[in-house]
Amino acid sequence: MTVAFPLPTRKDEDFRYTDLAALAGVWPVAAEEISVPAGGQGSLVLTPEGAVPTARHIVLTLADEARFDMRVLTVGPAFGRVTIDVRLGRAASFTLGAAQLGGHGETLELITEVTHTAPDAISRQVVRTVLGNKAVGSYLGRVAVERGAIGTDAVQSVRAMLLDRTATANARPELEIYADDVKCAHGCAVGELDATGLFYLQSRGLSPAEAKRLMLQAFVAEAFVGAPDEDTLNAAALAALGALL
Amino acid sequence: MLQIDNLSAEVAGKPILKGLSLAVNAGEIHAIMGPNGAGKSTLGYTLGGRPGYEVTGGSVRFDGQDLLALEPHERAAAGLFLGFQYPVEIPGVSNVQFLREALNAQRRSRGEEPLSGGAFLKLAREKAALLRMDMEMLKRPVNVGFSGGEKKRAEMVQMGILDPKFAVLDETDSGLDIDALRICGEGINAIMRKPDKAVLLITHYQRLLDYVKPDYVHVLAGGRIVKSGGPELALQLESEGYEAVAA
Repeated sequence: MTVAFPLPTRKDEDFRYTDLAALAGVWPVAAEEISVPAGGQGSLVLTPEGAVPTARHIVLTLADEARFDMRVLTVGPAFGRVTIDVRLGRAASFTLGAAQLGGHGETLELITEVTHTAPDAISRQVVRTVLGNKAVGSYLGRVAVERGAIGTDAVQSVRAMLLDRTATANARPELEIYADDVKCAHGCAVGELDATGLFYLQSRGLSPAEAKRLMLQAFVAEAFVGAPDEDTLNAAALAALGALL
Repeated sequence: MLQIDNLSAEVAGKPILKGLSLAVNAGEIHAIMGPNGAGKSTLGYTLGGRPGYEVTGGSVRFDGQDLLALEPHERAAAGLFLGFQYPVEIPGVSNVQFLREALNAQRRSRGEEPLSGGAFLKLAREKAALLRMDMEMLKRPVNVGFSGGEKKRAEMVQMGILDPKFAVLDETDSGLDIDALRICGEGINAIMRKPDKAVLLITHYQRLLDYVKPDYVHVLAGGRIVKSGGPELALQLESEGYEAVAA
């Protein structure tokens, strides 16, 4: 028996901004399941980059008091899509720090669904996207708080920086809350590098490209604060930014 | 060292500088005073090359070069330093990293060897001490969370590290308490009062000039220099006001 996985269409919310032609080349995407037992710890680093289109789908289940640290650095020039579904047990803790850096015509996407199923779980998502040229970067992130998941503490911090007016950033942080007494914060901003800051750095001797790189490096680094391999990720991001400018 | 001839500049289509001329020689300190809106900050930004400050006439020569033909970072490498009235906060970028990269970028463009991390920290420590600034503050992001006075002292530390030939200091005295004013004044003297350097001090008040004694004082009004004199001119302005003196 064969199971058909039809290619999604743009009518499917999670695929609204995708590159369907590139997606067809990697479809279907098998889910990679990770479970962390009660009180356990885990971590995962994904760094899709290079010329080959990639799509990953991580399904993560954290039992009571489990902790998981996940970092994603998606760098063009090829299509890159990362989907993360997380279910959090009681007092579990999930950290996601993700950066997407594109400077060509590529589509980079991060789709997350974090479900707080029981009380007192914590989720932290920090997403930083830098886009130049005709690149498209999207973050579609839903936080769902189920009935009874009181004491939930969820944060989504989503920011995108456009280097050119031709680049596109889509950000859709969503909250779906069915419990009382929860703390859910989301912030979302799309902007350009501060012109006054750039002039200030240049007035001290940095070339325009060096000044931009310094500001973008600081911007992207927010996604990797506290990561077990923070320095490695920052170095990889810096190299990618250098190629972007 | 700096020769400004008949300089005109506009901001957002509005003429601000209207035929300003000024010559500053090596070893000299000049003060520019003037009422609000006279064009003092515009002069600083125009010399620094800030986008949006458009030169519509005249020329500026710096050490024999056409300053206006250079990009802002090339002006810095040529030896120009612009002290900002409102130093800019750069979140996430530490002072130490920023200043080391800036100094080495300047050195590279002058064909000099970059400074090693150790040599740079030694230099930074020395200049921070001169301005009584804690080295820990230099490890923090550029100007983020600094008080007004700390920002101005940090500007002077930057100037000490970058060691320019010519500094344009735009209201370095604003926002300073009495002690910080003295520290900044002494810092300017220690770093810049040398036979091969020069300073253009832009200020509203006489008080900074008590510490940094100018050789010349100019009154800027309506986009040009309307009066020049020695240090006594600053005292006269302080007692009689711009209107009476510049009329």
